[in-house]
Amino acid sequence: MKIKKGIGVSPGVAIAPAVVLDIEEFDIPRRQVPSDMGQVEMRRLRKAVEVSRKELADLRERTAERVGKEVASIFDFHRGLLGDKELMGKFQDAVLQGHATAEYAVATVLRAYAKELQSMPAYLADRTKDIYDVEKRLLRNLLGEKRESLAHLTRDVNVLAHDLTPSQTAGIDRGHVRGLAMDAGGRTSHTAIVARALGIPAVVGLNDLTAEVGGGDVVIIDGDRGVVVVEPDTRTIREYKRFAEQQVELVHELEALRDLPAITLDGHEVTLLGNIEFPDEVGTVLDQGGQGIGLYRTEFLYLGGQKEEPGEDDQYRAYREVIDRCAGRPVVIRTLDLGADKYTQARARTPERNPFLGLRSIRFCLQNLPMFRRQIRAILRAGTAGPLSVMFPLITSILELRQAKSIVRDVAEDLEEEQIEHRADVPMGIMVETPSAALQGDALARESDFFSLGTNDLIQYTLAVDRGNERVATMFTAAHPAVLRLIKDVIRAGQRHGVPVSLCGEMAGDPQFTMLLLGLGLRVFSCTPLSIPRVKQVVRSVTVQDCTRLARKVMGFDSDREVLTCLALELRRALPGSLAD
Amino acid sequence: MPAVETEVEIVNKYGLHARPAVLLVEAANRFGCKIEISNSSLSVDAKSIMSVMRLAAGKGTVLKIVAYGEDAEQAVREIVKLFADGFGEE
Repeated sequence: MKIKKGIGVSPGVAIAPAVVLDIEEFDIPRRQVPSDMGQVEMRRLRKAVEVSRKELADLRERTAERVGKEVASIFDFHRGLLGDKELMGKFQDAVLQGHATAEYAVATVLRAYAKELQSMPAYLADRTKDIYDVEKRLLRNLLGEKRESLAHLTRDVNVLAHDLTPSQTAGIDRGHVRGLAMDAGGRTSHTAIVARALGIPAVVGLNDLTAEVGGGDVVIIDGDRGVVVVEPDTRTIREYKRFAEQQVELVHELEALRDLPAITLDGHEVTLLGNIEFPDEVGTVLDQGGQGIGLYRTEFLYLGGQKEEPGEDDQYRAYREVIDRCAGRPVVIRTLDLGADKYTQARARTPERNPFLGLRSIRFCLQNLPMFRRQIRAILRAGTAGPLSVMFPLITSILELRQAKSIVRDVAEDLEEEQIEHRADVPMGIMVETPSAALQGDALARESDFFSLGTNDLIQYTLAVDRGNERVATMFTAAHPAVLRLIKDVIRAGQRHGVPVSLCGEMAGDPQFTMLLLGLGLRVFSCTPLSIPRVKQVVRSVTVQDCTRLARKVMGFDSDREVLTCLALELRRALPGSLAD
Repeated sequence: MPAVETEVEIVNKYGLHARPAVLLVEAANRFGCKIEISNSSLSVDAKSIMSVMRLAAGKGTVLKIVAYGEDAEQAVREIVKLFADGFGEE
C-alpha cells in the first residue's frame, strides 16, 4: 500500500482499478490471455514489430536526407533492437508462458531493458530514452485505433495520467470513469474543471504517480483530502467506504437547500447559475438548484476527436438541447474559446511559441470567419427557443468587440434574407478576462449588454502565472490584491452603466470568496454545478451589510495571504461547521 | 566443428556503444556460425544488440571472439576488421 499526496480538486471518493495513460495516451491491458490465444497475440506482436521496422527504415532515410547520416544512425539502433533475437525471445516468453497481452509484454520487457541500461556507463545509459521510444512506437502500432480508449470502457475505472488533454476529457465515458488522478495540474487545470463539472472525484499535482502504478492496480482517489492510495489494504478500503457514506450524508444536507431561494439574511436576492460544457449537464445544474446557465462552453464539439469539423446543424442541435432542457431559464453561450489546444495548433502553420498569448479565443474566430459565422448562425437559430445571450471571450480591445458584434448583425441579415427563423436581437456581452478589458470597463460597458468576469484567465494574465504548471501553480490565486482590484473596478463600471455583471470563473464556486464578492456588489454567480449548494449556503447565512464591511477591510490588504486568512476567519464565523475547512 | 578464436581491442573513443553494437550485430547476423564475444567476466551472443551492449566495453578493452561453424573463419575476419576500423568512427 502506498499513499500519495496531491491537490484535491473535485470532492468525493472513488475506489476502482486504474487505467494508466501515459503522455501518449496508451492504455496497456494487463489482463491474462488464455493459452489458446497466445499465438494470436504473438502474431499481433510480430506484425507490430514488422510495421515498426518499416517505419524506422523510412524515418532513417528521410532523416539522413534532411539532417545527415550521423543523426539518422540512431534509427539503426531502434531497428536493430526490433530485430534482436533476444528481444523477440523475451516477448515470446512473456506472451506464451506469462500469458501477457502483446502490449503488456512490450511494456514490461522494454522497461526492464531500460532499467538495465540506466545502470550502465553514461554513454550506454543515454540510450534509455531510445528504448522508451521503441516501446511507444510498438504500442502505437499495436493499439492503433484503440488509442482514445476513454470513450469505450467496459468496466469502472480510475483514470491516471500525466495530464489529460481537452480532447481526452471530452471523450471521457461518464458511465465508467469513477475518478481522475493526474501527475500535473493545479486547482484550475482543465482536468480539475471538467472533473468538478462531471462530479467525478479528482486529485492533481501528484508528480510521478503514473510511474508507480500499473494498469489494473486498485487505487483509491480521495478528492476531499487530495490523496491517492495505491493498492490499499482491506482495512483502508473499509475505512474509505465508510468515509464515502458520510460524504453522501453531507451532500444530502446540502440538497435540502436546493429549493430554498438564494437570498441573504437582509433580503438581497442573488442569482446562482451553472457552468456547463455538455448539454446533459443541464440536469445536474437544475438538480443542484441552479437558476440557469451562466457559461455554456462550446468547444466540446471541436475537441471531441471527430475528424470532420462540426457543421452548423450539429451545433444548432446541441445549443437547442441546452435551451430546451433549461425550459425558459436563461442561458449564456460563449462563442468558441479555442486556443492553445490540439485543434488550433494542428491548424497553425508553425507551432505557436506562446499559445496563451497567441491566436486563441475571439482572435482565432475573427481570423477564421467561415467557422465563426457558422457558429453564430447556429446560435441565432437556436435563440428563438428561449432566453439566450451570447458572449465573446478574451476581448482585449473595443475594436474586437465591435468587429464581433458586426459579424453577428451580418449573420442575422443573411438569415433574414434566407428567411430562416432566428433571433436577431440576441443580447451580446463580453468575458472580462484580461487586464486590458478590466481597465477599460467603462468604454466596454457602453457597448456591451452584460459583463461576465472570467477570473481564471484574468488571474493568469494579471499575475503572469500558468495555472497548469505545477512549479508555479501555487502562485495562482484569486486572492491577490491586484486581481481583487480589477474585479472591483469591473463591478463598479457595470453598476455605473447599468450593465449586469456576473462572475463565471472558479472563484464563483469557492465559498471562501462568496462573502467578499457579495460585498463588492456581485449578485450573479455562475459556477460548476456541484458548487452551487455550498455557495447558496453561504449566501443564506450572511448579510450584505456585513459583506460590504468585510470587502472594505479586505481591499486594504497588501498580500494574498492576509486576504485568505481574513476570509477563512469570517466564513468560519458566519458558518460554523464543515464547510469552512 | 571448427572453432575460430581471436582477440580484439576496442579503439574507438566511446567504446562499444549503441552504434558500433548495431554494426557488430548486423555483421554477425550475416553468417551462419555461432559467435560468442566475451570480456573478463561475461560471454554473450554477438548476434543480439542488448547482449553486446551488456558487455559495457569501453575504449581499450580487449574482447575475445569465438566462432563455431562453417563460415566461422570468414565471420571472425569481418568482425576483426570492424574493430580495427573503430567501426568507422573518428
